[in-house]
Amino acid sequence: MIKIGVPSKGRLMEKTFDWFSARGLSMAKTGNDREYSGEINGIDGVELVMLSAGEIPRELDAGRIHLGVTGSDLVRDKLAGWQTRVIDWQALGFGHADLVIAVPQAWVDVDTLDDLDAAASAFRARHGFRLRIATKYHRLVRDYLTANGVADYALTDSQGATEGTVKNLTAEAIADITSSGETLRANHLKMLSDGPIHQSQATLFVARAADWSGAGRASLAELAKRLGMPLPDLAD
Amino acid sequence: MSLTASEKAGVRAVAEELYARFLATGAAPVETDILQPAGTLLDLYGEDIRARAYVTADPGLGEMMLRPDFTVPVVQAHMRDGAEPARYAYMGEVFRRQEDPQARAREYLQVGFEVFDRAAPAADAEVFALFSDILAPLKLRPATGDIGILMAAVRGLSTSDRRKAALLRHIWRPRRFRALLDRFAGRAAPSPARAALLSRLKSDAPAALVEAAGPLVGLRSAEDIAERATALIEDAQTPPIAAPEAALLYDLLNLQAPALAALAHLRGIAPMLPAITPAIDTFAARLEALQARGVDVANLPFEASHGRTTLEYYDGFVFTLTAGDANLPAIASGGRYDALTAQLGQGGSIPAVGGIIRPELVARLRGDL
Repeated sequence: MIKIGVPSKGRLMEKTFDWFSARGLSMAKTGNDREYSGEINGIDGVELVMLSAGEIPRELDAGRIHLGVTGSDLVRDKLAGWQTRVIDWQALGFGHADLVIAVPQAWVDVDTLDDLDAAASAFRARHGFRLRIATKYHRLVRDYLTANGVADYALTDSQGATEGTVKNLTAEAIADITSSGETLRANHLKMLSDGPIHQSQATLFVARAADWSGAGRASLAELAKRLGMPLPDLAD
Repeated sequence: MSLTASEKAGVRAVAEELYARFLATGAAPVETDILQPAGTLLDLYGEDIRARAYVTADPGLGEMMLRPDFTVPVVQAHMRDGAEPARYAYMGEVFRRQEDPQARAREYLQVGFEVFDRAAPAADAEVFALFSDILAPLKLRPATGDIGILMAAVRGLSTSDRRKAALLRHIWRPRRFRALLDRFAGRAAPSPARAALLSRLKSDAPAALVEAAGPLVGLRSAEDIAERATALIEDAQTPPIAAPEAALLYDLLNLQAPALAALAHLRGIAPMLPAITPAIDTFAARLEALQARGVDVANLPFEASHGRTTLEYYDGFVFTLTAGDANLPAIASGGRYDALTAQLGQGGSIPAVGGIIRPELVARLRGDL
């Protein structure tokens, strides 16, 4: 029996159900409305597991689920060396969101990373501490800023309402996901023009660490056939 | 790839032996805490260090890091209560967080030697000769450099202080440094947004632009923004770094030659960039001191950009000793870090140079592992 983890609520769950159902595999929650259990019909040897989207990367990493649907941003941020841990088997075409760096609109002098770096240097000299960027995507943001040679910044953790941290004076800039940019504008913030750190979407991942011996591999082959997708390369 | 318990004991024995060699020079033995306050390291290295060090939390003291290197705590100890000149030796574990699950060394022994002495070229030679001598049986390949020459060249450019400061700030980030240099030399155009801003600043004051852009939120004030806008106007009016001068700097970044030949080359360009002469004199004095200690300076490899990697604090002489096996990291490395002593010295400063050896790699090369 192979286990496939899918988000347990909201639009991400509904869109995931729609995606599989369009390919002849119906997924549904079972039990009462609040119970997190589900089933998948139309294929044998595959079990549905309902999980928080944020926990799916960890479960994939541990191999406790064989397959999982979650945002590509979460996998990249939570799993060090993610490509050695999971295979991004199929992008699902929904759940689009960009991870961007945003600064106050009134910062007329800051448009690019180059400006941000220079502003951070001047900010530190004047205020005595590093320019704070609030985010929950620590690894993605730090790797990106390191690769681009930005210095004199500090990441501060923000698990929600990140756009409000600037007004609340707990950060000078933010790095967060956005789809339309509306929340950013409402909080008087603007994106840098260098483009997003990562363009995320819901993706079907395969766990390298899961048990792929015997029947599991046969079930995966059957699933691949039903979804009309090439078999993922599990060879190490 | 991890070592067995008895292999680890073998590595410790090698470390003890190397430590004894350092102590035999008369160096004072020092110990430092494994748990280091994260704040000092973050202020020095920036956020990058979080990717390279283990961070933990103490209920009373806040964020702590497992010692990622010895230099910072040894410098702090010396600046607090050391007498001059001083030589220190130490031995212990360092901890390096690895993003790659397959990566080898997360914790390993280092044996180190640091010299705090105002006779700088002589101290450089002393450290390099000592490391070369101890590791001579392994027939390692030396590589040397001198970040001081690069810094002197930047300081000597005929351009604004602001541009020089921007280049010096990124001297350890080669990619960013190169991008800045390209822009200051007129090889790369400013972004369209920058051009648009500069044209608006011709008719409006920065404060008016800030006001027009929307409500200002956050700690970075209208004065902060105006100050940078003024800096951008000044920068736009600063002529590009003259082509011959920029060419010299590009040439310097790529200089690779045996040390004596490199010295001759540098002497050749000094008339066109006179500000580097003192740094070249230091380089020459170091080579003399090395020769006096029996180092073959005619064949000693030198690269002006050697050691310019992120998270380093070296600002003068740098060296590594590596094995033929390209999969092994440097067996020994070190360099001069005068600015670090000023940064940690609370007003004081002293020229300092030192380095470390990795005993596990020594044991490996000897065939013990």
